[in-house]
Amino acid sequence: MSMLQNLMGWVDARFPATKMFEDHMSKYYAPKNFNVWYFFGSLAMLVLVNQLLTGIWLTMLYNPSGEGAFLSVELNMMRDVEYGWLLRYLHSTGASAFFVVVYLHMFRGMMYGSYRAPRELVWIFGMTIYLALMAEGFMGYLLPWGQMSYWGAQVIISLFGAIPVVGDALTEWIRGDYLISGITLNRFFALHVVALPIVILALVVLHIIALHEVGSNNPDGVEIKKLKDENGVPLDGIPFHPYYSVHDLVGVVVFLFVFLTIVFFFPDGGGYFLEKPNFEPANPLKTPDHIAPVWYFTPFYAILRAVPDKLLGVVAMGASIAILFVLPWLDRSPVKSIRYKGWISKIMLALFVVFFILLGICGVKAPDLHVEFLPFEMTYRVLGQIGTVFYFAYFILMPFWTTKETCKPVPERVRMTH
Amino acid sequence: MNKFISVLVLMCLPVFAQAAGGGHNEYLVPAPINMDDKVSLQRGMQIFMNNCIGCHSAQYMRYERAATDLEIPADIMKANLMFTTDKIGETMHSAIPLDLAKKWFGTVPPDLTLVARIRGADWVYSYLTNFYVDESRPWGVNNHIFPDVGMPHVLSNMEQSLGEEKFEEAMADLTNYMVYMAEPIRAERERIGVYVLIFLAILFIPVYFLNREYWKDVH
Repeated sequence: MSMLQNLMGWVDARFPATKMFEDHMSKYYAPKNFNVWYFFGSLAMLVLVNQLLTGIWLTMLYNPSGEGAFLSVELNMMRDVEYGWLLRYLHSTGASAFFVVVYLHMFRGMMYGSYRAPRELVWIFGMTIYLALMAEGFMGYLLPWGQMSYWGAQVIISLFGAIPVVGDALTEWIRGDYLISGITLNRFFALHVVALPIVILALVVLHIIALHEVGSNNPDGVEIKKLKDENGVPLDGIPFHPYYSVHDLVGVVVFLFVFLTIVFFFPDGGGYFLEKPNFEPANPLKTPDHIAPVWYFTPFYAILRAVPDKLLGVVAMGASIAILFVLPWLDRSPVKSIRYKGWISKIMLALFVVFFILLGICGVKAPDLHVEFLPFEMTYRVLGQIGTVFYFAYFILMPFWTTKETCKPVPERVRMTH
Repeated sequence: MNKFISVLVLMCLPVFAQAAGGGHNEYLVPAPINMDDKVSLQRGMQIFMNNCIGCHSAQYMRYERAATDLEIPADIMKANLMFTTDKIGETMHSAIPLDLAKKWFGTVPPDLTLVARIRGADWVYSYLTNFYVDESRPWGVNNHIFPDVGMPHVLSNMEQSLGEEKFEEAMADLTNYMVYMAEPIRAERERIGVYVLIFLAILFIPVYFLNREYWKDVH
């Protein structure tokens, strides 16, 4: 033991190992009233590590060329290399799991006002991670070089063509060719495996440093740093390690159970995690009957399609993501958590979830189809337009209802609900 | 609120399921597939090699892999099931030159390795069992599942000699093989998956009690 202590002493004199561990783990005081919604931050880290590790090994098996990409996935990964299929399914299911976890993590932030002062930068770094993740997911989806990879990328890249004057030149510059080709695949591969992972890792570090500077919010939206004991420890705080490390472990096992059930028994995810047309190699001469982006992009794709004009559609889609960045300044409520906000906030947040999911469905369906689950006649185009109007109304009107409604009094201390 | 959200998500599930299913066809019937039935898979492979490989490739599948997985001895495989190569490590290529195929059928016969994953097992089975006489078509046949298909009814002799019931059984074997070929690891991954989930279920017990032990004094 003393030898280990000597070693730690030697290291600490040269590198702040113990200090860092204390600052971020054993003496980082998190509110003691976290509920299930607080698992998704650490789960996002877990999925990130899964994507990085499986990604590194998949890179060893993958051939980034128009001629070899599909073959290297379907022959080398899926059949020839031992457990190559497992690496691939962990990675492809991991991509969807990443978005599931991140969407729930963001929803948690919206519910409990985790973006409010002094956590605006935590939110903005988080939103930037989300943006980088969308780029990462989009570029990664081209790599299997299936039909949906090819035509999905074709649709998304062509959006840049809507920009006046420079549009066509810009799309050509992005593709590096007159149409999507092996050249596009090569640059997407470089960005997917090198550039964007570096950006995402750096942003995750910033996200966590900012969070640990201001401290975590909690379901009551109470600032635990206001009330401290004689040692400067928040009265409602608890050391992250070991309390939340063992707590998160429970979440990890439950998450892995669900995640690995999909990996081992439903790797296609019902045609949503691996789309059926993507088992057919990319063919520039044959357009699939119905092109739909992967499920995690569909709400924004629906907003794009809701606007009849292509350029304005692109602007609306960009705005729908950009508006999330300014959320900390749109919410003017005197309280943070939904628990103490008025009924308007509760109804609006519930409706926001409903419309976000509806927009997601609209993004998958052909716009002229009739909505099956409604008792009256309506096309997905119209539903998408209604959803888009609500999506923007939610954010634009937020400063008004959050200042008008009556809120409940916020307690001094956090409440333990379990 | 939490309950409300989970109800909402559950309500949306059938919508997603429907979205994945695509179009409806009254002739589409469920395929009786069974990945553990090695004999059925062997019979299916025999039908595939005797009737399909002439025009269709399965270029992402090696003979050797099928021999190992389906427990077919290499010499029997070489003598009876390999018509386009004598190297057992080769992938399955068709006998027909692509330009000739295009001339004869108006289209290149598609690679069949992954067709069961593109179309689904039910589609493959229903397609194989739903040819009907239609004199207006170049080959005198049409298909209820794939209208105006370019492929002739290659298995019509088999259908006539076996009778409807036996033919459907044979097509079930062929579909079974094609589902296997689309993802050879399928049976194995499900077998491993069971052990993985059992491990996680057991791991949950100490993890749960560890957490409870730490948190019991926190109020």
